[in-house]
Amino acid sequence: MNLATKDIRHNLGRFVLTTIGIGLLLMIVMGMGGIYRGLIREATLLVDTIGADLWVVQGSTRGPFAELSRIPANLEDRVRAVPGVAGARRFVSYTVQREVRSRPLRLVVTGLAWPDDQGDWIPLVAGRPLRQAHYEMIADRSLGLAFGAKVKLGKEVYEVVGLTKGLVGAGGDGLGFFTASDAAAIQFDVPGDATRLERAARQARLAVSDLGRVQPLLRSRAGGLTSGLPALSPPQVSAVLVKLQPGANAAAALATLGTWPDVSVYTTRQQMDLLVSGMVDKARRQLGLFRVLLIIISTIIMALIIYTLTLDKIHDIALLKLIGARNGVIVGLILQQALLIGALGYGLAFWLGTFAFPQFPRLVVIETPDLLLLAGVVLAISVLASLLGIGKAMSVEPNKVLS
Amino acid sequence: MNAATATPAIETFNLTKVYGHDNTEVVAMKDVSLRVNRGQVVALVGPSGAGKSTLLTAIGLINPPTAGRIVIGGQPVMEADRAFVDLRAFRRQHLGFVFQKANLIPFLTAAENVRVAMEINDVSPRAARSRALQLLDYLGVADRADHLPDALSGGQQQRVAVARALANEPSLILADEPTAALDGHRGRQVMELFRKVAHEHGAGAIVVTHDHRALDVFDEIYEMEDGRLSPSQMQKHQS
Repeated sequence: MNLATKDIRHNLGRFVLTTIGIGLLLMIVMGMGGIYRGLIREATLLVDTIGADLWVVQGSTRGPFAELSRIPANLEDRVRAVPGVAGARRFVSYTVQREVRSRPLRLVVTGLAWPDDQGDWIPLVAGRPLRQAHYEMIADRSLGLAFGAKVKLGKEVYEVVGLTKGLVGAGGDGLGFFTASDAAAIQFDVPGDATRLERAARQARLAVSDLGRVQPLLRSRAGGLTSGLPALSPPQVSAVLVKLQPGANAAAALATLGTWPDVSVYTTRQQMDLLVSGMVDKARRQLGLFRVLLIIISTIIMALIIYTLTLDKIHDIALLKLIGARNGVIVGLILQQALLIGALGYGLAFWLGTFAFPQFPRLVVIETPDLLLLAGVVLAISVLASLLGIGKAMSVEPNKVLS
Repeated sequence: MNAATATPAIETFNLTKVYGHDNTEVVAMKDVSLRVNRGQVVALVGPSGAGKSTLLTAIGLINPPTAGRIVIGGQPVMEADRAFVDLRAFRRQHLGFVFQKANLIPFLTAAENVRVAMEINDVSPRAARSRALQLLDYLGVADRADHLPDALSGGQQQRVAVARALANEPSLILADEPTAALDGHRGRQVMELFRKVAHEHGAGAIVVTHDHRALDVFDEIYEMEDGRLSPSQMQKHQS
């Protein structure tokens, strides 16, 4: 006869409510672990998917994700000349927030080096890669854009020709893939009035400078397109992605690029480490602290409930002692209840999580090792929570029955 | 008379219990010597605070005496507060308890309340179930076997408590005012039950009672006053 289950059946309402409470708490603990894994997955997803061997970024920076990186687009030509390099392509990445149909749209604008990179590597769930130099985009579903939708960004309208699923940036915002020139156009788009004012300001500056006086032709050009002024640099890119030749000596290529004073070079592994240690680390610690707090709270709640359940039957425990029950019978009664609350709470947390976690705005990744670890923690807190009740039960005298 | 019945169910020698010390010292029981044979039912009467419960808890091995010796079933069990046996194991194997309140475990059915006493004594669940039903039948409450204590009357609860006390075939049954919560008729029924059980099962029984209406049921009546035990005058009157 199992006394624990008999008692539970007698106090079913309280037991069920306690289990639900513990289950919800454990679901949050489980979810927080999943959010942390999701942060890492999201942060490293693009780096992992894009398939580059090396990342060349602005010198002394840890770009292009951990911080801003700007390098000239023609750097890719220099990189291609390095022994062992199979290919190099420019890469643009930045986050914008615009209004689309009166709703805020945050997307990570990712520029592909058209025509070499048309996004054939992107895992699509609908549509096709880019097939035009302009006005096409591939959007992640999390952006809420439908296949074939037309989105106005800057002065141009872009058509969604492909859809991805779960392809988001480190901040959890969906990725939008454009050609690099379209990405630059979106990034550096300024209103017409601002362009006209800037051109007028250029002309005014030249009018009062010696250069403007000795070269009148330059003054007339200053009022035109920026690209018509060779002295001004063309739009810059975030990074150059390097693909090495099969069997190439990566260390040698890395060493060569590492000697260039104007750039920094990272392997894909290093780029991931930068993302995880830099961008995700604080979130990880914060989530970790929350998890510890929640586990402590769960333990205290379980301990109080178990203690209360023990107090409720302290007379019965005294009777069991009086009629000669071994301590093991009494410890088993309390411990089994604590373990049952823990186990059922854990199961409930997992079951509820399968419905709740996909509804979370950020990716929640529940991994088996995390589940096993949490199961161990639940086992430990169940034992810990029962100690208070067991202590009380052990201290009760059998002659309490007579009082 | 065979050897088993010749051996007393319990013998106590000069049991004394003192609470507190120096100025706060209270002598609850003084030099109590008692012998109860197997099959014998003994009543313990006396005013409140006379030491009846102290004696019962000492004999029940839950409140050790300050001095004196307890021998149960021929086996020395305690000398003062020094135990010669594992007291809890000894209680479950040799003693049966019945209290003023039935003290049934509220989350167990009548049958389970009887079974639990056997299962903690390592009786197999199957054998325990069978014997529990036999005992409940013997005590006339078999039809209530699957009911929780809440669904039983006071008399039925007390019968289940008696069944639990008998579960492990104890050599000694200790009952502390078992009829206090019952009306006179049911109280007498329970007292007669003790007599029947003691005689048929060969167990000794000591019953603390205030109920003088059923004293004729007992083989011996002892009176306690100021911690001292003596044969009761009531027995003489009744006989």
